[in-house]
Amino acid sequence: MNFKNLKRLAASGCTAAALYMATALPSLAQDAAPAPTLNTGDTAWMLTSTALVLLMTIPGLALFYGGMVRKKNVLAVLMQCFVTTCLVTVLWMVCAYSLAFTTNPIEAYQPYIGGLDKLFLAGVGKDSLTGTIPESVFMTFQMTFAIITPALIIGSIVDRMKFSSLLFFMALWLIFVYAPICHWVWGGGFLSGAGVLDYAGGTVVHINAGIAGLVACLVLGRRSGYGAENMAPFNLVLTVIGASLLWVGWFGFNAGSAVASNGSAGMAMAVTQIATATAALAWMFSEWLVHGKPSVLGIASGAVAGLVAITPASGFVDPKGALVIGAAAGVGCYICATGLKKLLGYDDSLDVFGVHAIGGVIGALLTGVFAVEAIGGKTGLLEGNFAQLPIQAYGVLATILWSGAATFVILMVLKFTIGIRVTEAAEIEGLDVALHGESVQ
Amino acid sequence: MKLITAIIKPFKLEEVRTALTDLGLQGMTVTEVKGYGRQKGHTEIYRGAEYAVSFLPKIKMEIVVPSAQVDRALEAIQRSAKTGQIGDGKIFVSPIEHTVRIRTGEADDNAL
Repeated sequence: MNFKNLKRLAASGCTAAALYMATALPSLAQDAAPAPTLNTGDTAWMLTSTALVLLMTIPGLALFYGGMVRKKNVLAVLMQCFVTTCLVTVLWMVCAYSLAFTTNPIEAYQPYIGGLDKLFLAGVGKDSLTGTIPESVFMTFQMTFAIITPALIIGSIVDRMKFSSLLFFMALWLIFVYAPICHWVWGGGFLSGAGVLDYAGGTVVHINAGIAGLVACLVLGRRSGYGAENMAPFNLVLTVIGASLLWVGWFGFNAGSAVASNGSAGMAMAVTQIATATAALAWMFSEWLVHGKPSVLGIASGAVAGLVAITPASGFVDPKGALVIGAAAGVGCYICATGLKKLLGYDDSLDVFGVHAIGGVIGALLTGVFAVEAIGGKTGLLEGNFAQLPIQAYGVLATILWSGAATFVILMVLKFTIGIRVTEAAEIEGLDVALHGESVQ
Repeated sequence: MKLITAIIKPFKLEEVRTALTDLGLQGMTVTEVKGYGRQKGHTEIYRGAEYAVSFLPKIKMEIVVPSAQVDRALEAIQRSAKTGQIGDGKIFVSPIEHTVRIRTGEADDNAL
């Protein structure tokens, strides 16, 4: 980009951006003075990150989940992930971006939900800036987060949810659950005001989706034949490819959350890699110890648990902290996805709760322990800041309460209107044929 | 004529085929099948959920031979398919009434 262009951009967009930054992005606000101009390095990295995060859902998550269900439901899972991507994209453009990332004109509501100024992306032009990057890039980057969060919930409802009902659920959940919680943490809402640290979405994305997944599988009920029939994964090769794509895409998720191409992004990338590998090993060794064999599904699941747990911490902890967070997530999520699930008997089919909620909580709380000033400018328990851990717990609790309650209400409304579960005949036949008229040979 | 049906371990297929070909026997039909005998199955564990897999993959080999060659064929299969481990499989022999080669119309031993 030549200098003339840069000057033009700076002149037209920076005032609005500076205002925006001061209110909506407190984590960036300290960098906001003097008024920011477009930085091509930051922009290039954020364009890349956006593509990486989209890659996490399609095909990453779709394959990760698709490989774990039975052969008769593989296409249905791919379809659910794909349609969620499309539906959320449209709704994000229509209203959810505005609800999450604008300032509510009514001051009393601002802590809870944004305004309607940017419905249909009004005012998001070629030259508008968010920080040092075009707002179009920031909006699309955040869109990919909004896509993967409801898509994660699919893991708990596979094999049995009505497709039409799923569409309504995804739409309502995005607007009434994701957009507000996103606003609380990243849109200048009350959790960011309270000082909750969530670098890339431990609360907003993972605890949120994990709790919604638990509620959804409880409301929906178990798969028919659960506990009696063989529900072994269709093809773990797909699952490993999916987990690996999630891992790669997660660099966009965490290092991209720096919203800049700088040292914070680099450190976020490093700790992401370290925590993920540690958690994968921790899950593998736990399973080896308990069940006698280190499994492929186990090491892949452990990697995802580590990715989840380092997410809120990634801009705040150093590599040693990442090591502990990874180990805790690997062991903790292993125990919950295997032992706890069996003990309580719920059919969270692909362990959305066990991996994302538990991993998210471990990560969010340990951020309050291992945050170091030298990395993210915030201190945790280990540096003598006893206040951060309770603040983190407050963020976790607020997310659990809203996500749990609102998800429950949405599902109950759907249950008593259009119904949420397929017929037993369709479930036995498999959703691929029953709902989509296709099958995998 | 006799039909020899042999259930064998999949990785032994090539050895058995070679042993039968060496006897001058031509042609066979094989099918990938699943089943269990004394070997029973095994257990698979996915995130703590245990599933008993009773049916193990095997190869079912069908070959029709002139009655005079049955004993040699059985000996060849047994020798080449044997590992000495449980799960080596079984051989069944049953009579065949009539055989026709579709292309030429040849019948019985001439069609084998």
